[in-house]
Amino acid sequence: MTMTPLRTPVLEPVWEAVCPLTDLLPERGACALIGGEQVAVFRTHDGSLYAIGNQDPFSGAYILSRGIVGTRNGEPTVASPMHKQVFSLTSGACLDDPGTVIPTFPIRVTMGMVEVSVK
Amino acid sequence: MTRVLIVGNGPSAHRLAETLTSRGFTGSVTILGEEPRGAYDRVALTTHLTEGRDLAYPDVPGVTTVIGTRVVSIEPAAKTVNGSIPYDVLVLATGSAPFVPPVPGRDLDGCHVYRTIDDLDAIRASAATATAGVVVGGGLLGLEAADALRGLGLETHIVEMSPWLMPRQVDEGGGAVLKKHVESLGLTVHVKSGVTRIEGEGRVTGLLTPDAGVIDAQVVVFSAGIRPRDELARGAGLQVGERGGIVVDDGMRTSDPSILAIGECALHDGQIYGLVAPCMTMAEVAADRIMGGTAAFTGADLSTKLKLLGVEVAQFGAMAGALDVTYLDPVAGVYKKLFVSDDASTLLGGICVGDASPYATLRSFVGAELPAAPSDLLFSPTAVELPGDAPVCSCNNVTKNDVTAAIKENDLTDVAGVKACTRAGTTCGSCLPLLKKILTESGVDTGTGLCEHFAHSRAELFTIVQVRGITTFTQLIDEHGTGRGCDICKPVVASILASLHNGHVLEGEQAALQDTNDHFLANLQKNGTYSIVPRIPGGEITPEKLIVIGEVARDFGLYTKITGGQRIDLFGARVEELPRIWRRLVDAGFESGHAYGKALRTVKSCVGSTWCRYGVQDSVTLAIDLELRYRGLRSPHKLKSAVSGCARECAEARSKDFGIIATEKGWNLYVGGNGGFTPRHADLLVQDVDTATLIRTIDRFLMFYIRTADRLQRTAAWLENLDGGLDRLRQIIVDDALGICADLDAQMAAHVATYADEWRATLDDPVKLRRFVSFVNAPGTPDPSIAFTTERDQIKPEILQVMSR
Repeated sequence: MTMTPLRTPVLEPVWEAVCPLTDLLPERGACALIGGEQVAVFRTHDGSLYAIGNQDPFSGAYILSRGIVGTRNGEPTVASPMHKQVFSLTSGACLDDPGTVIPTFPIRVTMGMVEVSVK
Repeated sequence: MTRVLIVGNGPSAHRLAETLTSRGFTGSVTILGEEPRGAYDRVALTTHLTEGRDLAYPDVPGVTTVIGTRVVSIEPAAKTVNGSIPYDVLVLATGSAPFVPPVPGRDLDGCHVYRTIDDLDAIRASAATATAGVVVGGGLLGLEAADALRGLGLETHIVEMSPWLMPRQVDEGGGAVLKKHVESLGLTVHVKSGVTRIEGEGRVTGLLTPDAGVIDAQVVVFSAGIRPRDELARGAGLQVGERGGIVVDDGMRTSDPSILAIGECALHDGQIYGLVAPCMTMAEVAADRIMGGTAAFTGADLSTKLKLLGVEVAQFGAMAGALDVTYLDPVAGVYKKLFVSDDASTLLGGICVGDASPYATLRSFVGAELPAAPSDLLFSPTAVELPGDAPVCSCNNVTKNDVTAAIKENDLTDVAGVKACTRAGTTCGSCLPLLKKILTESGVDTGTGLCEHFAHSRAELFTIVQVRGITTFTQLIDEHGTGRGCDICKPVVASILASLHNGHVLEGEQAALQDTNDHFLANLQKNGTYSIVPRIPGGEITPEKLIVIGEVARDFGLYTKITGGQRIDLFGARVEELPRIWRRLVDAGFESGHAYGKALRTVKSCVGSTWCRYGVQDSVTLAIDLELRYRGLRSPHKLKSAVSGCARECAEARSKDFGIIATEKGWNLYVGGNGGFTPRHADLLVQDVDTATLIRTIDRFLMFYIRTADRLQRTAAWLENLDGGLDRLRQIIVDDALGICADLDAQMAAHVATYADEWRATLDDPVKLRRFVSFVNAPGTPDPSIAFTTERDQIKPEILQVMSR
């Protein structure tokens, strides 16, 4: 069988400004509303930034930005404030239920502003 | 064929016979014992009394043991004993005899020593007709004897000449902590006290001391030291020490080369050894020499670790040094001291009372360079990396490398496996914490700590934060933990910091530690909205305030419900509404009810003597006073209380963490109750006390609980797990058995003086207010996922869609 190379259009990320970096408290999340999408953004103790979906897949509530940030075996995590399931901030995988994965989004800082791309 | 004759049938003699046999000695071995029974484990003597344990050692095959035979003479020239029993090698293992001070009355019926099974049987017989007993001597064996008397149900006194207990193992500070432990068990300790005479005619009736007068007692046990049994050796002209003991060389030989001496009767290099381990070593050296070997006894480490009367005591290395580092926790009854060289680089020795966990690690560092800062060694000795050749188990001569290898080769996963494979930890057990640590280092998970980030329990963290004056999570986890925390340890640390410093829970870095409830000062509900509970102290509220609550609920469209704690809960607020709602509540004189916190919730009350025909005290006023006193107090779990104005108990006070029921004379205080998953009625702590005493007792109860409870441990479980239970609690917070009450009182006074309403402070602080938005990039926009329907004229959350999984 031959593989026909697919010509996929390269999507340029569309960056949306969320807030000044200084507004993000270390190890405390915030939620941004970007085109109807709720994105939880986090700044960890070492200064890294992460963006994941805000909805807790287990309860359905949009609350992950209000969870406690920490680490599990060195991996940055957030615990759902509803029933404490822990999610990886890097992969979006639920570390207590490996089958469950929530979306992650690219995040960066430009000129002191935190920017997230949901496209 | 060599004939070995052993005089004495104690543990040393038994070990000698055993070693000879196991090494294939071809001569004959005969043991002559004066006791009417075979050899037994003298170290575990007390268990014979308290548990009726059989202490007999197994017979050594091939060895002839003659019991009930006392040797009265040795004829070295003829190489015989008792004039006729021949030997080629004679081993004296005659042990020691208890020293009985020459006081009048020492021979009265009821006076005993503590050495043999016969002694213990005699003590038991005397105790059967006695109510009180005195132990003369507060050393290691004295405390053991005291424990035995206590176990026999006697009111027990200890008389010790030195200024503190166990003067050979601990210093003055350790002695003071030890004394408190012992006293908290109900024993009476008389230090710096001698014995003038034993009183009584025929039978003991008391013991007269120079200072304390007469101590009434029908049993007296002398435990004032031991004297080596060297009378046979003296009679035979062997060299003995000035203060007793048969002089031996490194090969255990006496001044007659055909006669050896081992155990407690032997004087080696000016030293008598009363501990079992050196005596066993002597027996093994003697066996080697008898078989032509060259083994040598070169002295022994006198380090000890033991548990007496439930208290761990350990001493290793020197008991003095140029510098020392001391840690004292009077709450937990823990005292630890390290002695180091004048440049603070070398460990010289140490003392532990109440917690001997540093012993196993630190003992192997005596004389070596300190592996970490002394304070770290005292707090978390198991954090110190041991060198591979460090002896882990001195009893069985096992090194760390041996243990590591055994774990790898046999895929061991627990301490029991290590014990079985290496014999480490099978004798005295003091190295068990080290075995656990080595397992962990080898990648085996044995954790009992709070979570993966801290190997400590909540109570240990509390002590660390308090003693080291730590004020931030970052400092604590950098110095005492790993990683960056999680939803388990962060709220625990937040609570400890709040209990100790009482600052605003959203101040600085602390904001990042809080669970969402504490972070928004409200209770998260299932759809992501929050509920609000203003404080209504004692459940008493004016019509005006009721109207304000009604108006706020109406204006913000909140669902209202009366709680079980006589308050009103307002549901369905979005985060951005919380400050506006609270602005109105605070302006009307309300403050946070801490329904969201691990803190005091409410103090319920019945209407009390003001209105009720049956009430005997003003329960409402007391409930309000208590609720205002303890409001905002952060604790390991929520705290609930209630006050009933009479014995009819309408406020259900006995289902609370602390409940008060009025009596004709004052108040009864009950503690340790709760409803919940495992309901428990509170226990009566103090009875018929006045209001000032009541409040003081509650202050101490709460502070002691906050200091010592585990994470999320309600007072009920805490009390059930407290060593000594309710009686112990009463001794500590009513009788001040640990001497900490002034400290607890001061801590509560500081809480009361520094309390400030969290919601008012938040409303006054624009920085703290900034977090109350649904969207950081659209502060005015409400969360579109939150929607309500209506039920019985109030809102009800719409069911949320759960993602498919």
